[in-house]
Amino acid sequence: MQMSEPVHLTREQIAAVVAQRMEPRWIVNLGIGMPTLASSFVTPDMEITLTSENGLVGYSALAPEGLEDPDVVNAGVQYVLLEEGAAIVHHADSFALIRRGMVDVTVLGAYEVATDGSFANWKTQNDGRADLGGMGGAMDLAACAKRVFITMEHLTRDGQPRLVERCSLPITAPRGVKLVVTDIAVISLDDQGFVLEEYAPGWTPGAIQERTGAPLRVSESLRPIAV
Amino acid sequence: MRTVTIYPDMREAVAQIQDGATLMIPGFGPGTPWNLMKALYDQGTSGLTLISNNVGFPSGDPEVRTVADFVASDRVAKVIASFTASPRPSRVSVAEEKVYAGTMQAEAVPQGTLAERIRAGAAGIPAFYTPTAVGTLLAEGREVREFNGRKYLLEEALFADVTFVRAWKADELGNLIYRRAARNYNPVMAMAARTVIVEVEQPIVRAGELDPDHIHTPGVYVTGMVQIPPDGVFVVDRARSMGSLVPDANPSRQSS
Repeated sequence: MQMSEPVHLTREQIAAVVAQRMEPRWIVNLGIGMPTLASSFVTPDMEITLTSENGLVGYSALAPEGLEDPDVVNAGVQYVLLEEGAAIVHHADSFALIRRGMVDVTVLGAYEVATDGSFANWKTQNDGRADLGGMGGAMDLAACAKRVFITMEHLTRDGQPRLVERCSLPITAPRGVKLVVTDIAVISLDDQGFVLEEYAPGWTPGAIQERTGAPLRVSESLRPIAV
Repeated sequence: MRTVTIYPDMREAVAQIQDGATLMIPGFGPGTPWNLMKALYDQGTSGLTLISNNVGFPSGDPEVRTVADFVASDRVAKVIASFTASPRPSRVSVAEEKVYAGTMQAEAVPQGTLAERIRAGAAGIPAFYTPTAVGTLLAEGREVREFNGRKYLLEEALFADVTFVRAWKADELGNLIYRRAARNYNPVMAMAARTVIVEVEQPIVRAGELDPDHIHTPGVYVTGMVQIPPDGVFVVDRARSMGSLVPDANPSRQSS
């Protein structure tokens, strides 16, 4: 393995990697923040339908300047473009679509992901208070989508691992995460926990394990992330 | 068919709202009844229970009053929303301050559960089971029941004294049409309150001018309407429309 200076993927690169993991004809819901950037990397030939919690069924990239419609926004209230053939439903029907299992993947941000596929993204402290939080639609999506992909930084600002044995923060859902894309690795989850699938340029499995709070098995098809 | 009251201005439209009322406020950026909210804020009504997607942060603009502005000025007894706290540890929201001080209650509700609780209220259904939030802190001490091998959490309907609505088009009978994603909570909230007050963007037209197939909210739900004046609030920019609250669950964006 040729060693060079380890590279951290940018937010756009992380979003692009997530978009590559989507399959043709999937119905996809992108969470607020880094996940919404993935809409710019979904190509029309994939026939992906992007949906958002506020009722858009069939939107595409962020609206370029001058083409914004104040009434057409995604879950992050960013102006987006409607695709030809888009449909719009009200909020309860939007979540009906989610709850009955129409969504093939939801891409969400997280503070922590655990080996059992649980993750935490609705509270920033473990104060036991159920009245204060910001789950938005994440709990509905995580409980009801066919799979959850997570995008996040590999480490906290204090240098602690976000991939852990058990979440220290209150969880958003007890299971569901199948893939995590960070700034240094692509990690899948199976019944036994984390599997290192891809690494950012310059990183070794050992260096990634050092930054991960639970055992990392290495995939037989381990490969560098195509950036 | 019955016509509905058309108020001469925003002030009259909100005059009937009493202290202590439970009020639903739709909107997800677009679709927010900004003009009615400003009028209610200026009226000084207090002791409110507000049901809305999020609380957010004060707008910093006297023409635009978010839920957080009502909270900041101590008009709110309780908020029910899918964002009651700041997603950033470094930034304590005004709602958190009031809850910590013991002057306001909050109820954090998953967004789909919130929408469905409103729809249940609208449909005369007292409660329902949902898989959302099973196995989380929110479900602790609450009724969970298994159906076909899967666990579901019992959730109760919401019904309000008053709801505000933001419509694109309306006729004199109160039949309403929403535009694009401004629809969001409007149709379900319009069906889930005893009193329904609508602000309308386009000039209100005569009965028969709107195609019955295109009506989103039938006029039977509507109590009264008010035309947004030319100098009213039509579009609020993205940041202020959510009270600068748009949360970013991506921790790398948590700037201090």
